[in-house]
Amino acid sequence: MTLSTAMATAAHTMTSTAHTTTAAADTPGFLSPTGVEIAFLLVGLVTFGAAIVTVTTRQLVHAALWLVATLGGLAVEYLLLTAEFIAWVQVLIYVGSVVVLLLFGLMLTKAPIGRSPDADSGNRWAALTVAVASAAALIWVVVDAFRTTWIDLDGAAAGSTEVTGKALFQNWVLPFEALSVLLLAALVGAIVLSRKAKADAAATSASRPGGRSEKEGAR
Amino acid sequence: MHLAYPAVLSALLFCTGLYGVLARRNAILVLMSVELMLNAVNLNLVAFDVWLSKAAEETLHSGQALTLFTIAIAAAEIGIGLAIVLAVYRNRGTSAIDRLRDTAEPHGPDNDGPEGTDGSEDTVTADEKAEATA
Repeated sequence: MTLSTAMATAAHTMTSTAHTTTAAADTPGFLSPTGVEIAFLLVGLVTFGAAIVTVTTRQLVHAALWLVATLGGLAVEYLLLTAEFIAWVQVLIYVGSVVVLLLFGLMLTKAPIGRSPDADSGNRWAALTVAVASAAALIWVVVDAFRTTWIDLDGAAAGSTEVTGKALFQNWVLPFEALSVLLLAALVGAIVLSRKAKADAAATSASRPGGRSEKEGAR
Repeated sequence: MHLAYPAVLSALLFCTGLYGVLARRNAILVLMSVELMLNAVNLNLVAFDVWLSKAAEETLHSGQALTLFTIAIAAAEIGIGLAIVLAVYRNRGTSAIDRLRDTAEPHGPDNDGPEGTDGSEDTVTADEKAEATA
């Protein structure tokens, strides 16, 4: 009885070790990347380079335009990860509206066209140190943790519109509706923030007659 | 695809955004860097959701739902943030965040008295009003 239990345990242990060994052997190495990985790597390089230019360029409008490249590259990465719906939402909302809003903001604050030498503040080197240190720490931890994890991209897309819509409206309806309330609150807040200053401007419009009508374009 | 690729790219983008938030002076550029950090988080969420939906047959798709929520909240955040930046610019004539030091602790021997502080603040505000009008 005891012997059979021990033998069963040993057999179980052996099969489990064999299973983990085959699982580890199944995981492809980093030295033979698949086509999707190569595409991801190339688009990722472009995205990262555009992000670097976004945070380092001295021309403010160019920073917004490089941000378009970064966000578009991320949309392509979502497509490569088979999350199609997220990719198109990214294109619509980020590239379509957020960057346009940022450009409006740059122009309404009379951002200088051309190089502005004071785009970076004085604590640039401290910021660089912090960023490089946190990047090293994060990459070390992430690579150490997920070195052998493999995303299976074959089969049906994990993020097609049908799948995402089903998940969203079966399981996430209440947060979705709460989000609409939040968007309404943000809309009202933005209107209040810009209308209050308009009342101020009406009070002091005798001293400052120009430059008010452009604020209506922002909202 | 290895999960390490999107995770590393996400970490790199996040740290780029971190650098931008810390190093930029214009408030709108800081908002752009915040967008970069949010997008890095989104990439992580999507990658882990795709991994888990295949590896663990997870059908809740919480990562993608959270990504959509993050995108919507980022849009709301950028609207409110720009409204605040425009209000600050209208009042002060600048959108440089390191010049907004009204609530800073008074230090240095010249302006530790309340009268001195008030006077210097008034002149600074008058200067910036003049700058805004110009």
